Amino acid sequence: MSMIEFHDVQKYYGHFHALHDINLEIDEGETVVLIGPSGSGKSTLVRTVNGLETIQKGQLIVNGHDLSDPKTNLNILRSDVGMVFQHFNLYKNKDVLENIMLAPRIVSHIPEEENKKRAMELLEMVGLEKWAHNMPSQISGGQKQRVAIARTLAMRPKLILYDEPTSALDPEMIDDVLQVIKKVTNESGMTSLIVTHEMGFAKEVANRVIFMDQGQIVEDENSASFFEQPKTVRAQQFLSKIISH
Amino acid sequence: MIDIFTKFSGQLFVGLGWTILSSVIALFFSLIIGTVFAIMEVVPSKIARFIGRAYVEILRNIPLLVITMFFYLVIPKYVMKINGFTAGTIGLTLYTSAFIAETIRSGIQSVSGGQMEGARSTGMTYWQAMRYIILPQAFKIVIPPLGNQFVNLVKNSSVLAFVAGFDLMYQANSIASTTFDQINSYLVVGVLYLIITLPLSYYMQYLEKKLA
Repeated sequence: MSMIEFHDVQKYYGHFHALHDINLEIDEGETVVLIGPSGSGKSTLVRTVNGLETIQKGQLIVNGHDLSDPKTNLNILRSDVGMVFQHFNLYKNKDVLENIMLAPRIVSHIPEEENKKRAMELLEMVGLEKWAHNMPSQISGGQKQRVAIARTLAMRPKLILYDEPTSALDPEMIDDVLQVIKKVTNESGMTSLIVTHEMGFAKEVANRVIFMDQGQIVEDENSASFFEQPKTVRAQQFLSKIISH
Repeated sequence: MIDIFTKFSGQLFVGLGWTILSSVIALFFSLIIGTVFAIMEVVPSKIARFIGRAYVEILRNIPLLVITMFFYLVIPKYVMKINGFTAGTIGLTLYTSAFIAETIRSGIQSVSGGQMEGARSTGMTYWQAMRYIILPQAFKIVIPPLGNQFVNLVKNSSVLAFVAGFDLMYQANSIASTTFDQINSYLVVGVLYLIITLPLSYYMQYLEKKLA
């Protein structure tokens, strides 16, 4: 069954055509990596999937909800679709544990004890159980991103969107975060859509790679053949530029 | 100064009492009304934003004295009888609420958009995100300018003197005209205002430090 379906989707910012004729189907359980030069529309595309960006034309169906229909309840959709941001977006006024427990409490009405137990398990999984009562300002960027992943998992999403999860991190923090993402994608069987510039990671984690340029999907391949031999010149150029240094 | 104080202490304490009462009432309601209009200024609905904007711009751009006179003279004539204290306190509340709305709005807007996106992406409604994430951060940011507004409010309560509100300023006028000792009458009252405003200032600074 498909988790995400784009049918002829168009997105404009004023006159700028940000997403151009997007047609894409992602099945349940797939791990799809989105790559491409900056400004190619990767982030815009993932942000349309949970309705943070609206589309102007076409049809977009996510987990059975039609996002092109203005009557669709985005809150219900979003409680099944997690998102991990480039800049973490942890709640600055809540400690690490509360960051994880807040949405399950007020959105899903999980009983307090169960919620706390689950939150602590997730913190353990990302290796941060000792930091439960620290404020976000007291932990490093890599730790913040691991908390953000735990916060997303606490809602037991069916789909997780990662919007450049390591782009704002110091080099030595990147690996910890990538390890956690790998663990989550491998163990959970959740559908994942990942925007990243980390090619080694993309190769390892993805079943499928989508290469975007200028708001269009240029290639949509399984991971092995894409990294072996991209079909388009544009993708070949992009890969050689990224891998050469 | 001491003379005036001892001789008119009863009258001065009555004034102090009315000033404090008016300030407390106005502070409480202007904070609530100000918060409501601040939120109206930032919500997605265009109509709500227009109403919020209009409220703030009208009330903060009319002199406090004019607003107060409106409630003291116009409302009793056409709507219902209210005394000077009530008219003055209503005027003070509405006038201050416009400034508080502006202050809180700027606080809400200085919380980064990522906080709202982070909250919404977990399935929280706009109002849940406002209540649990945005407003607590906004209030913390605006404590210093809010402290300014509170101190201004206490000082502005002297507008009650113009509408027979029996506050400190009203008593100062009355003592000055009985004794002809203008200097000392107003000096005493100035000191009594400080007794309210200085602790208020220090309390706001304390809050700022404690929550920082």
